[in-house]
Amino acid sequence: MSILVDRDTRLLVQGITGRDGGFHTQQMLAYGTAVVAGVTPGKGGTTQHGVPVFDDVESAVRATGANASVVYVPPLAAADAVCEAAAAGIGFIVCITEGVPVQDMVRTLPYVQQRGARLLGPNCPGLIAPGVCKIGILPGNIVTPGPIGLVSRSGTLTYEVVYQLTTAGIGQTTCIGIGGDPLIGTKFIDVLRLFEADAATEAVILIGEIGGSDEEEAADFVRTSMRKPVVGFIAGRTAPPGRRMGHAGAIVSGNAGTASDKVAALERAGVPVAPTPSGVVERLRSVWQASGGSAR
Amino acid sequence: MNLHEYQARDLLRARGLPVPEHVVAETPEAAARAAERFAGRVVVKAQVHAGGRGKAGGVKLAATPQEAREVAARILGLTIKGLPVRRLLVAPAVDIEREFYVGITLDRAAGRPILIASAAGGMDIEEVAKVSPEKIRRLPLHPDRGLEPFDARRAGFALWPEAGNKVAAVCQKLAAAYAAFDASLVEINPLVVTPDGRLVAVDAKIVLDDNALDRHPDLAALRDLDAEDPRERTARERGLSYIQLDGDVACVVNGAGLAMATMDLIQHYGGRPANFLDIGGSSNPEKVTVALEIIQADPNVRAILFNIFGGITRCDDVARGILLATEKSPPRLPIVVRLIGTNDAEARRLLAGTTLGTAVSMDEVVQKGIALARGTAVA
Repeated sequence: MSILVDRDTRLLVQGITGRDGGFHTQQMLAYGTAVVAGVTPGKGGTTQHGVPVFDDVESAVRATGANASVVYVPPLAAADAVCEAAAAGIGFIVCITEGVPVQDMVRTLPYVQQRGARLLGPNCPGLIAPGVCKIGILPGNIVTPGPIGLVSRSGTLTYEVVYQLTTAGIGQTTCIGIGGDPLIGTKFIDVLRLFEADAATEAVILIGEIGGSDEEEAADFVRTSMRKPVVGFIAGRTAPPGRRMGHAGAIVSGNAGTASDKVAALERAGVPVAPTPSGVVERLRSVWQASGGSAR
Repeated sequence: MNLHEYQARDLLRARGLPVPEHVVAETPEAAARAAERFAGRVVVKAQVHAGGRGKAGGVKLAATPQEAREVAARILGLTIKGLPVRRLLVAPAVDIEREFYVGITLDRAAGRPILIASAAGGMDIEEVAKVSPEKIRRLPLHPDRGLEPFDARRAGFALWPEAGNKVAAVCQKLAAAYAAFDASLVEINPLVVTPDGRLVAVDAKIVLDDNALDRHPDLAALRDLDAEDPRERTARERGLSYIQLDGDVACVVNGAGLAMATMDLIQHYGGRPANFLDIGGSSNPEKVTVALEIIQADPNVRAILFNIFGGITRCDDVARGILLATEKSPPRLPIVVRLIGTNDAEARRLLAGTTLGTAVSMDEVVQKGIALARGTAVA
């Protein structure tokens, strides 16, 4: 089984007529995702790659029964798009858009939460449940079904690790990018909780990076509330303090958010942290075998 | 984006915060004239994007215009944390009875901005937080309403029991400025109580959210292009994310996480990374050209490695970019390339027969890059 998405996921694409929204709609359809509707205000009544387009989310939901949404709209309109989806009763919203102002997210996160919806992102690659459903921009050709859950703040670094897993013959239940911004809707601990409860997931890979304290929170959660083995990788050991490393959230502020603190917190919680991306698979094998998993 | 102190002072003064007048001077003479105008003791402060200006000798008092001229000449000759001082701020000196810290910033873990208030003003707040955390109050703002007036009063009376309302008013205006500017940080340190009982903001700091600059063109225009590293500026203007480091192995990567991991791997194998460089998700060949130009302008670089994981980015597009760039101006440095993922076979075909080195894995490309920088291998 997968987490957050399944074969009943009916996806709405907000910003479907844009360059990125259009391209990735095709990719998601090709992967087998049920893309049932698109929204672009002013383009209602048209179709895009065979998908009906609506002017607003509420009409799209009413007409198609969409229950998840992915947002590809420009940064200054993204928070509004997320709130529109939540207001229309969409339960799972994935925001791919990079560059959303932080104060927009300060107001959006409680709004989404109050309506009982879950937001993944912003500034994330989305998620993929191999062979089941893909939402976002993760390439479908590097994943394969299997028993490993993967959660990451990054995009291409995730692809790197997933590719090595797949090459090693180890498949995944769900691969999830939670996003590189300082404020995001779904944190490591939220995903870890879901993987812990998911019967098909036997072990979890957590890929973190400098900035904030979500990895430390995750370490606490693993120590107190998880039985499944977790292995980690942390990017940014060589990042200079005070500089933003591409991702808006990847910054060491003062003494807080360093890679060494995060590695130490995870290792204290019994999570082996690989020194290199290629070391992740090896560490996964050993903890997974020790837990009685089906490691090859 | 960081603002200079003089810019932050102007912005906060315009919003009704108690910030004294100042003059920006670029020569000792201009500093002397400013001191004359203020007719009394002045403070002369270096305007650079660096903390610890005082310790570096970048902040001095002057009793007379002549003295202002002298200290200005000295400060204008300084380089603070690698940044040459080009501008000074001259303002009337303020007598200090007590000093506070007040600032608004994002609390990432709580998902909200917070007011930080401390009676230990004039010190590095992170140092205070470490040494005596009990001296710091942290009050979360409401996501929609901002700083609640009762929270502002709690902070105000905690800092200055005799006149808490005055401090509360400053906090309230500071919170309004934080929201209005889409700031990541607004800070007054120190907020001074003078012997005659006035509150005066003696220093001001504003950091803006880069992501929000598009809706604040007036604030975006305040960017000091001279204060930016020229290579980092070119990169920003061309849509790349580049940060210079001091090593000799340069890397060109797609995606911020993979770019950091590549730097880390260079160090893991005993090399020294020369930069962070994320060419982003697009495969625009022009970005590769710009990336190579920027990297080769760094005299410390001795070898260049490409680590591209094609997902949305197509490897053949990146390969074409590399070919285009190297044909236009043959690289003076050895290059090793690893392209994997979408259309990687086509990319390998395109690069076959060139002098560029190739690698299959991330470990291999990094090890080859280090060997090239050391001169123990040829591409």
